[in-house]
Amino acid sequence: MDSVILKTAIRFLLPLLLLASVFLFLRGHNEPGGGFVGGLVASGAIALYAMTCSAAAARQMVRVSPRVLIGSGLLLALGSGLAPLFFGRPFLTGLWTTVTTASLGELHPGTPLLFDLGVYCVVTGVTLVFIFSLLEE
Amino acid sequence: MSAQVAVILPIALPLATMAVLVLAWKSIPAQKIIGVGGSTLLLISAAALWWQVDRNDILVLQVGNWPAPFGITLVADRLSAIMVLLAGLMVFAVSVYSLVTIDDRRVEFGFHPLVQLLLMGVCGAFLTGDLFNLYVWFEVMLIASFVLLTLGGERGQLEGAIKYVTLNLISSAVFLAAIGVIYAATGTLNMADLALKLRSFPDEGIVSVLAMLFLIAFGTKAAVFPLFFWLPASYHTPPVAVSAIFAGLLTKVGVYSLIRTFTLMFVTDLDFTHNLLLLIAGLTMVTGVLGAMAQSEIRRILSFHIVSQIGYMLMGLALFTPLALAGSVFYIIHHIVVKTNLFLIGGVVERHCGTGRLAETGGLSGSAPVLATLFFLSAMSLAGIPPLSGFFAKLTLIQGGLEAERYAIVAAALGVSLLTMFSMTKIWAEVFWKPAPEEALPEACGEPHSMTDRFSLYGPILLLATFTVGIGLMAGPVMKASLATARQLLDQDAYIQAVLPNSRLPESEAGAADSNADVGPLAGQRPAAQESPQSPRGGTVE
Amino acid sequence: MDIILAITVGGLYAAGIYMMLRRSVVKLLIGLGLLSHAANLLIFTAGGVIRGRVPVVPAGEMQPLETIADPLPQALILTAIVISFAVLAFALVLIYRTCQTLGTDDLDQLKATDT
Repeated sequence: MDSVILKTAIRFLLPLLLLASVFLFLRGHNEPGGGFVGGLVASGAIALYAMTCSAAAARQMVRVSPRVLIGSGLLLALGSGLAPLFFGRPFLTGLWTTVTTASLGELHPGTPLLFDLGVYCVVTGVTLVFIFSLLEE
Repeated sequence: MSAQVAVILPIALPLATMAVLVLAWKSIPAQKIIGVGGSTLLLISAAALWWQVDRNDILVLQVGNWPAPFGITLVADRLSAIMVLLAGLMVFAVSVYSLVTIDDRRVEFGFHPLVQLLLMGVCGAFLTGDLFNLYVWFEVMLIASFVLLTLGGERGQLEGAIKYVTLNLISSAVFLAAIGVIYAATGTLNMADLALKLRSFPDEGIVSVLAMLFLIAFGTKAAVFPLFFWLPASYHTPPVAVSAIFAGLLTKVGVYSLIRTFTLMFVTDLDFTHNLLLLIAGLTMVTGVLGAMAQSEIRRILSFHIVSQIGYMLMGLALFTPLALAGSVFYIIHHIVVKTNLFLIGGVVERHCGTGRLAETGGLSGSAPVLATLFFLSAMSLAGIPPLSGFFAKLTLIQGGLEAERYAIVAAALGVSLLTMFSMTKIWAEVFWKPAPEEALPEACGEPHSMTDRFSLYGPILLLATFTVGIGLMAGPVMKASLATARQLLDQDAYIQAVLPNSRLPESEAGAADSNADVGPLAGQRPAAQESPQSPRGGTVE
Repeated sequence: MDIILAITVGGLYAAGIYMMLRRSVVKLLIGLGLLSHAANLLIFTAGGVIRGRVPVVPAGEMQPLETIADPLPQALILTAIVISFAVLAFALVLIYRTCQTLGTDDLDQLKATDT
């Protein structure tokens, strides 16, 4: 697609959309949002880029192969589920810890965050595989 | 290895293997090595699960520490453990077999990751204790099987796949609708909780409707009469390794689900549900074997025999006595091993002669005597000749039928057995005994060249044939395990107690009297009960 | 409300089955799509249609303060929608390839593998 408007807009939209996807991902911690939506927004942003420029350019921008994203995302999600087993808890039980930081106050990161990150990677990876193979057909 | 780990490994291992396979997408040797390695690990973990279940009765895992019936529960009883063990064995055999028979193009397109995905779905379906979770595992399995079936994109594959996909999607839609209705009726989807609530459900009509919806949904997946048409239309189209794994595992997931739901949940109106099951079992046997007789291609014959044998598995369930159910379990064990093996042998025959059409094959008893022997063993076992595994499976079922005084089904089972024998001798006579046809191309009838190729081709067949003979020779222990499984299946209270330790059972029905004795030693393993039931999370963030 | 939804579900099932009985593969696929929509809407209706609040327990409370909507049917439907989306996407590619390879979309012509 050769559109000047899109080409100009994507420069600003791409970082904004990616930022929004990270925001959605982190928001999913306690409110509606999460890795699935975040991953979809991220892959939507990259799809927009791929359509305005080219699939090859988008591949170069993402750097890692989408399949690597899928594989590592699956392993990450599985690992976060298996981690509680080492503490004698059932599969997928949430493990939480408290981190106190100077700027953000008290944070409660836990294995569900890792699980969500895995989902984020898998969703992004799968959608990118679809989009790239459709564009390159 | 703790019980918790044993229950989750058969699901987690294929997932991990699949993830690693996706990471190593480009390299064909790596795909093959990791695929076989993952299957081997699964086989080991399945054996460990069986060992644990044998010692501890019913293992329960409340995923995420959410207590049942609110969370997803994974339950491993004897039936689940046996099925997982068989799935592990079959996938191990088939992945070794696929090293030579699956071409590089299919490996490049992800044959091995898909097999692992399929396996995860199958093991998940065997282990789950939640109806909606069962639906999800079914879909995981189906999506993987869709792609495996069409991988390669040949004409026949695409045509077969359309029928397979359509009928399976319809059955999934029915399953989903059934889940919706059962949730509306009872307010729960946990199988143990459902079993409890359906016992005292006021409206018998709704329970019957639900039972029929599940019968249609699972019956389509299990390929029972009259819902089996997708099976013979599609199973002979993909590569042999794929056919073999479908033949061994997929329909059996449907049978497993039928056994699970109709021994645990829908047992209030036995006169209606189980008599209908008995009728279906008989018709499935007869139509399947008649269909097989009309065919003249190895894999098509074998596909129809799958349908016919699903009938035997349902027969035990329908009779609903401990002996008959044990016969069903024994039959499933025997059938999965033998049927997979026959498909694998059929594949070697097709390699030798370049086709599976009986008229164009021949002379293999002279040129491939080992293969002929292996086929003879498996085929006779399928027909039920002593001392092979099929004989004892059928013997138990028929004993069960006589004991329950259902002579019609016994007659059908014996008649169908005879016709199976006829089908098998037809293949034997055409493929092995008949002299090779004149016009056969000499180069098509070649042996695989290198030693490793031969090992990968014959190794799995030899392994499964050993199991067939082994099950026959050691019928005692297998029978004991089947009987224990059947008793456990009929003891619904033990299952409910294991999943819902705090539930108060109403006065138990006949045949489930000794449940409390079984539950005693299990009390220490229940994860959910000890902790606060409200929330497993430590703290909440503002 | 329940009545309207029930009629809609019935209509969707009828339309889906009608479409599946047509000879064209494309219509078969549309029928399958309608069938899964019908099942989803059935779950939604069966879960009870009430005017409830978001099923989120406010901070500091142990239980919801007002009548809440049952979140489970919605979770089930969400899962089922994602699954049926994936499966239908696959089926779409499948019929596309089939039409390309076999040069027909008439189901009556697809009988080479039948017995």
